[in-house]
Amino acid sequence: MVDVTHGVAAPVPAAEVGDVELYHPRSWVTKYVFSQDAKVIAIQYSLTALSIGLVALVLSWLMRMQLGFPGLLSFIDADRYYQFITMHGMIMVIYLLTALFLGGFGNYLIPLMLGARDMVFPYVNMLSYWVYLLAVLVLVAGFFVPGGPTGAGWTLYPPQAILDHTPGHQWGIIVMLVSLMLFIIGFTMGGLNYVVTVLQGRTRGMTLMRMPLTVWGIFTATVMALLAFPALFAGSIMMLLDRLLGTSFFMPSIVSMGEQLKYGGGSPILFQHLFWFFGHPEVYIVALPAFGIVSDLISTHARKNIFGYRMMVWAIVAIGALSFVVWAHHMYVSGMNPAFGFFFATTTLIIAIPTAIKVYNWVLTLWRGDIHFTVPMLFALGFIVTFVNGGLTGLFLGNVVVDVPLSDTMFVVAHFHMVMGIAPIMVIFGAIYHWYPKLTGRMLDDALGKLHFWVTFVGAYAIFFPMHYVGLLGVPRRYYEMGQTAFVPSSEHTLNEFITVAALIVGAAQLVFLFNLFWSLRHGRPSGGNPWRATTLEWQTPTTPPPHGNWGKELPVVYRWAYDYSVPGAAEDFLPQNQPPTPQTP
Amino acid sequence: MTVRVAIVLALVVIGSVAFHLLSPWWWTPIASNWGYIDNTITITFWITGVVFAAVVLFMAYCAYRFRHREGSSAAYEPENKRLESWLAVGTAIGVAAMLAPGLVVWSQFVNVPGDATEVEVVGQQWQWSYRLPGKDGRLGATNVKYVTAENPLGLDPKDPHGQDDVIILGDNLHFELGKPVKILLRSLDVLHDFYVPEFRAKMDMIPGSVTYYWLTPTRTGSFEVLCAELCSTGHPYMRGGVVVEAKADYQAWLQQQKTFAELSPPTKASALKKEGVTR
Repeated sequence: MVDVTHGVAAPVPAAEVGDVELYHPRSWVTKYVFSQDAKVIAIQYSLTALSIGLVALVLSWLMRMQLGFPGLLSFIDADRYYQFITMHGMIMVIYLLTALFLGGFGNYLIPLMLGARDMVFPYVNMLSYWVYLLAVLVLVAGFFVPGGPTGAGWTLYPPQAILDHTPGHQWGIIVMLVSLMLFIIGFTMGGLNYVVTVLQGRTRGMTLMRMPLTVWGIFTATVMALLAFPALFAGSIMMLLDRLLGTSFFMPSIVSMGEQLKYGGGSPILFQHLFWFFGHPEVYIVALPAFGIVSDLISTHARKNIFGYRMMVWAIVAIGALSFVVWAHHMYVSGMNPAFGFFFATTTLIIAIPTAIKVYNWVLTLWRGDIHFTVPMLFALGFIVTFVNGGLTGLFLGNVVVDVPLSDTMFVVAHFHMVMGIAPIMVIFGAIYHWYPKLTGRMLDDALGKLHFWVTFVGAYAIFFPMHYVGLLGVPRRYYEMGQTAFVPSSEHTLNEFITVAALIVGAAQLVFLFNLFWSLRHGRPSGGNPWRATTLEWQTPTTPPPHGNWGKELPVVYRWAYDYSVPGAAEDFLPQNQPPTPQTP
Repeated sequence: MTVRVAIVLALVVIGSVAFHLLSPWWWTPIASNWGYIDNTITITFWITGVVFAAVVLFMAYCAYRFRHREGSSAAYEPENKRLESWLAVGTAIGVAAMLAPGLVVWSQFVNVPGDATEVEVVGQQWQWSYRLPGKDGRLGATNVKYVTAENPLGLDPKDPHGQDDVIILGDNLHFELGKPVKILLRSLDVLHDFYVPEFRAKMDMIPGSVTYYWLTPTRTGSFEVLCAELCSTGHPYMRGGVVVEAKADYQAWLQQQKTFAELSPPTKASALKKEGVTR
């Protein structure tokens, strides 16, 4: 049954979990720096992730300049180009998206949405951030070590990742692997916290099937990450040993430029399996929090309950489970046993069904809604368009034989940027516009937000939609330059110039967003505690921004699901989760 | 004002379809038997295109019809089991319509016909080399430990099958028109990928293993070979060429090629032979 409360309900006594004096901050340092408050940790995670994301943005400008206007920036040689694409990919996938969704939104929203005072292990939670920061600093150190950062591609495929002729083979690859291992250690500390808090820290009345989909998305993604990241950890250790001690986990007998190397017996493809056993769930580790958050944004701003809540929950769980048996669809042309193709194509296309159900339920939530085109709603709509587009091109690449001509072409680049780049980033922006008032007590500027949205949405679509056709033509990815190639018409170069110009504009639009973020801190319109008239608990805190401990003396008690919008007969068009049912005859 | 959103959403669909139809960027004219792959892509374009247009146009309609106006309010409808089930079933059918032909073609792709001749492609940073079986119809054994300046592809000098193998270094590979060929892929150093866009097929080459795919060339001409798996700095420059020609031309070309025995300097070859004896 959908958890909709009608009729008479027994009065429920207030939750009596008192505030814990023990760990309240006693100085500026413990309040803002070494803080154990999940909300401060969330902001630390978010600011760090956005900062390193800016580096990735600049790198994307540089690589687009090389593709659109080769030779114009003479310092971009082939080595640097490969370093740029590698660092851009790694930063975006791991240090920005994963960190921001789980470390940022997870920390801020899980305790608040569940009516908890904090994460269950605040000290470990604090450590999680500091280890993450260390991972980021080690990553950045890659730019300053001799030889520069690794240019092995973000997939770090051996043998080339650790051999001469690959940029960054001296120090860059070592620094990269160490940074990844640190990230995983830091994430595990935070991740255990998120999972245990969801399972154990919910307030009275907050059953699992009353949790907002945001929490379901973050929770499932965290469980997946805890299971998937160890594969990358193991792969990183082995590659580090291959590089530093000359072991041969991934290294077969090799003749490099006429010289016999001292490796032998290892399997390059083993690394690919380990990498993608992590790497495919990683796609959904980024996507599921976005799915959850966007569900809540759409519901709130369309003033309508999310359509098919239980189906949405089960779709999240099903996608999470299925995503562990599809990894080798990244390896159809890797040279693995071709019989795998049958299995992985089938599982991959099956995962399209729960994913499609989520899309249907988002658009059916709009149906007969009362749609307010606020900035969060605009970004949510932008998400659906880009996600549907990117999800559908996934059906090309997941269908093993169709992948053969398209694999390793620009079609793949266009696909994954649309589906796990643009789409989740749309949700991140929507979420920031949505929850910024809770963090600061002020609204982000609406006009600047709309400008930011339109340029980003239209521009990003103009970058990545045509790019599919470059790949269809046959242009491979990871080419520093195409040069003269018989099958590539000169018009393709014009298209590349267009894409580069669009990328520069979209990048510049992000500066408007950054300006808004800082300007509104002082000058934004005061928001009050619940500016969107939303039902979920984080909007019902006694004060905004919520203090350490969140709830004052008593925890809220939950009486209903998170989606009581426009309930017939109700005085307002939303009923907060902690509002007791009014006694009435059924 | 808010009608704008609906208009933009509709324009996204119209623009995407128009781009698809009018774009001058489309796949290269095919030169192999893998037209089945192109057909599967076409089916996939139709199904996904219809779904994309339907979903986004539905959004555009909602954005127009259910936009907030003074006094408007939303409906309250938590679930609709029947609708949800129909949508799930419909999606499953669409998915099956793409997967089924895909798997059938994949099974053709991985099952090499018995009459296919073998050709070996060897990748190394950043060049392509080729080897054809000689008169005995068999390729000799190889191992990277045999690789020297004189034996760049690492043929086993003791294997008699290898002596008549045709070795092609720094030149184009030729294919006979209409003759199925199994392409064996070998790398000496890092991952590479033997990629000819007009053939549609591609496969990574992995040092330490031999991978393969097969095709039947269906169109004469010269085609460019690219590397499709990142292989360090020289990756974009790892180019080669293949020529598809009629049987007579192919035979004429084949006659001019040198075998492994012919290429091996006699002194070196005998020295290796001696070494083989002493082992």
